[in-house]
Amino acid sequence: MSWLSNALTSSIGRKIIMAVTGLFLCSFLVVHLVGNLQLFKNDGGAAFNIYSHFMGTNPIIRTLEIVLLLGFAFHIYEAVALTGKNRAARGSQGYVVNHIEQNSPWQSRNMGLLGTVILIFLLVHLYNFFYRARFGELDPDINNNADLYTLVVSSFHQWWYVLLYVLAQVALCYHLIHGFKSAFQSLGLTHRKYTPFVTYLGYAFSVLVCAGFAAMPLYFFFLQ
Amino acid sequence: MAGSNPNAKPMNLTLKVWRQKNRQTQGNIVDYQVRDISPDMSFLEMLDVLNEDLLRKGEEPVAFDHDCREGICGSCNLFINGRAHGPEPGTTTCQLHMRKFSDGDTITIEPWRAEAFPVNKDLSVDRSAFDRIIQAGGYVSVNTGGVPDANEIPIPKSIADQAFDAATCIGCGACVAACKNASAMLFVSAKVSQLALLPQGQVERKTRVENMIAQMDKEGFGACTNIGSCAAECPVGISLENIAILNREFLAAKATSNNLA
Ligand code: HEM
Ligand code: SF4
Ligand code: FES
Repeated sequence: MSWLSNALTSSIGRKIIMAVTGLFLCSFLVVHLVGNLQLFKNDGGAAFNIYSHFMGTNPIIRTLEIVLLLGFAFHIYEAVALTGKNRAARGSQGYVVNHIEQNSPWQSRNMGLLGTVILIFLLVHLYNFFYRARFGELDPDINNNADLYTLVVSSFHQWWYVLLYVLAQVALCYHLIHGFKSAFQSLGLTHRKYTPFVTYLGYAFSVLVCAGFAAMPLYFFFLQ
Repeated sequence: MAGSNPNAKPMNLTLKVWRQKNRQTQGNIVDYQVRDISPDMSFLEMLDVLNEDLLRKGEEPVAFDHDCREGICGSCNLFINGRAHGPEPGTTTCQLHMRKFSDGDTITIEPWRAEAFPVNKDLSVDRSAFDRIIQAGGYVSVNTGGVPDANEIPIPKSIADQAFDAATCIGCGACVAACKNASAMLFVSAKVSQLALLPQGQVERKTRVENMIAQMDKEGFGACTNIGSCAAECPVGISLENIAILNREFLAAKATSNNLA
């Protein structure tokens, strides 16, 4: 199988892994966003807690959780590997004057920075909600489900927490404005009939998904 | 000169030029003044004026690469004021005219930078890595014997045009020089897609893309992250579409070729 490992460690192979994992993570974002929209239901968190109980216990979801973790692991591993290779390729002597901002968009050049902001956010987010829901002791709600809702609401009443969330969503939005269409390019999925649509969809996806996530902390901080 | 502007005033400029003795030594930026530069001169003619001045003073002239001086050979590679081939889009350095600059300007001139393009001397870099990538697969098999008829093989006009657009790559390396990742993907993609699009390129189609990518990686070029600086700086307008074609050629070849390495 040396042909396969050669293919996957070549510069194009690594890009393909980035693209596949990146699009997979995009599909996760949709599921996560749609499920969490239940936070907006005015029922004291009953529906949200039923949903989070299901997500935490259903065997299919628990298996997909591992796939998701692997998706992140490969995405991050390849990001680090590519960044290292590309730094070495650029060489030790840089340009004295370089106006790269005149030939390319900022977000396209700073995917690693944006990804790192997302990663830091993810760690805080996972500790606060995922870890405490799965391994901590949350009080039961009226239906005897663990009351994650109350934890979410109290977290979203802290200004620094809301700020971190909103900043992370801005970073994710820029990550996806480059990443979504870039993934199609990496996979060679371009066509003069469809690529304009993919580009448009990428913008719409990035803005709508990130605005949707950012709306949650803002809603609780300002309106609840 | 035909087409010259009689009102154009000669310019005085400050040049900040990268000087480096050879591959082993460190280089640095040296300041020079050039006077009475006509706006109708090309950038290289302006450097000729600098070198004549230096020779008159008994100093070593600035080494820079050039050959055709008409935008087709791809040798005249200079990084001017932070841009590959200077500020004018779709132009090689030899086709860049001094009318794009103003009297009193300071112009910084550097060689292409990339680990795979070592500096030989001053502004002249070694781009033989590109030659080795071409040798790895940028050719087609042809039959010996009589000359075939010109229009024997039917090729749709749209495909012929697309292949021709890719074929206009002059191998200058501006794509590598401009890229944050020093990636050679635009160059390699132009060669691969040109030959993959045409019937003549089918014999080596899979092996070509596998070998050219292997050589590209071996030379130490970076991996494309679809930033787009390359296409923006390419003097002949090779498009990013070629990189998508290269990616799918590579995927298809790796999945289906008979090569086990
Ligand atoms: C939900 C989270 C994330 C999503 C949906 C996502 C999505 C994507 C997508 C679609 C791409 C484009 C792939 C391509 O161009 O082929 C990408 C690229 C990239 N991602 Fe992420 N990503 C996420 C998290 C992260 C994290 C946590 C990091 C780093 C620590 C990261 C680092 C990068 C880097 C450096 C690139 C550019 C690499 C390249 O274009 O070759 N991403 N991401
Ligand atoms: S793709 Fe454009 S910039 Fe790159 S070598 Fe060819 S002509 Fe030069
Ligand atoms: S000298 Fe030949 S392209 Fe400029």
